[in-house]
Amino acid sequence: MMKISKIIAIVPAYNEEKIILSVLKELKKEVNEIVVIDDGSKDMTAELAEKEGVFVLKHLINLGQGASLKTGLEFALQKGADIIITFDADGQHKASEIKKIVKPIIEGECEVVLGSRFLENKSDIPQLRKFILKIATIFSKLSLGLEITDTHNGFRAFSRKAASLIDIKQAGMAHASEILQEIKKNNLSFKEVPVTIEYTSYSKGKGQSSLNALKILWDLLIQKLL
Amino acid sequence: MIIIQIILSIFIIFVVFNVISRYRKKEITAHEFIFWIFFWALVLTAIVYPRSTDKIAKIVGVSRGADLLVYLSIFALFFIVFRIFVKIEKTEKNIIKIIRKIAINEAKSGEEKDNIS
Repeated sequence: MMKISKIIAIVPAYNEEKIILSVLKELKKEVNEIVVIDDGSKDMTAELAEKEGVFVLKHLINLGQGASLKTGLEFALQKGADIIITFDADGQHKASEIKKIVKPIIEGECEVVLGSRFLENKSDIPQLRKFILKIATIFSKLSLGLEITDTHNGFRAFSRKAASLIDIKQAGMAHASEILQEIKKNNLSFKEVPVTIEYTSYSKGKGQSSLNALKILWDLLIQKLL
Repeated sequence: MIIIQIILSIFIIFVVFNVISRYRKKEITAHEFIFWIFFWALVLTAIVYPRSTDKIAKIVGVSRGADLLVYLSIFALFFIVFRIFVKIEKTEKNIIKIIRKIAINEAKSGEEKDNIS
């Protein structure tokens, strides 16, 4: 069992001024430090987050969620994090579930914990989204041999060791598959934990279009080729 | 001579003058100069005597010189597009690195200011 750990949450955000404050307020209760990565937002996201007194890393231009996570991981490691949580800024994750997601790492059970919306069916998932995510799990089973029920969940926890080993090269949304590749490559132990995804009209509007799945496949293919 | 030959020949003469003036200004090396002059001389020959390219085409198994040129051009274009593609990927990666560095450094210096005040 680890002694009391420093838990840092990294929150990639792009144009989230409507919701960022409430997300950060909830998050503050659960973690030691928060790092918001403002990915070139055109609204007040960065200013609002700064007023909340959290670290704000500002990308001068929009680079994508993968690049934001990497910036956040690098900074959190420099800040001496023992456990790093990735948490979406659009309010679809529940901060109260952080306890659940860090527990396996604190207890030394594994290095990476992945949130899954499919382990317990508490989330009300749109049908098309369900279908595409199902295909993604088959894809990762075939290409990596990993049994994962939810490959594209932004709610994760990494031990310090895992965070320093995982290298995210994909700037865009393909980073989710890449993180799995890195887990496999570095032989990191991992566990899935059931989490709730709240599909609010806000998060649905802000989130990815299901067509983005094609873009993700393309990005992964290009990386293999070059 | 047909019109296309005249237009292309004038174009090549223009390009050759350009190459010469670049060489005079030392913008290209002697080797590059010789290469380009030789290259454009070849192109000019192919334009003025189109039949001459057929002989080369026959050697590699293509019936017409003009066809061979089209094949070679497409090949060259593909290669160039690939090179540019790789280069853009690389540039993008470098931009990401720079932006990340700036973001982290700014956050750190902001923090130090807070500590002093």
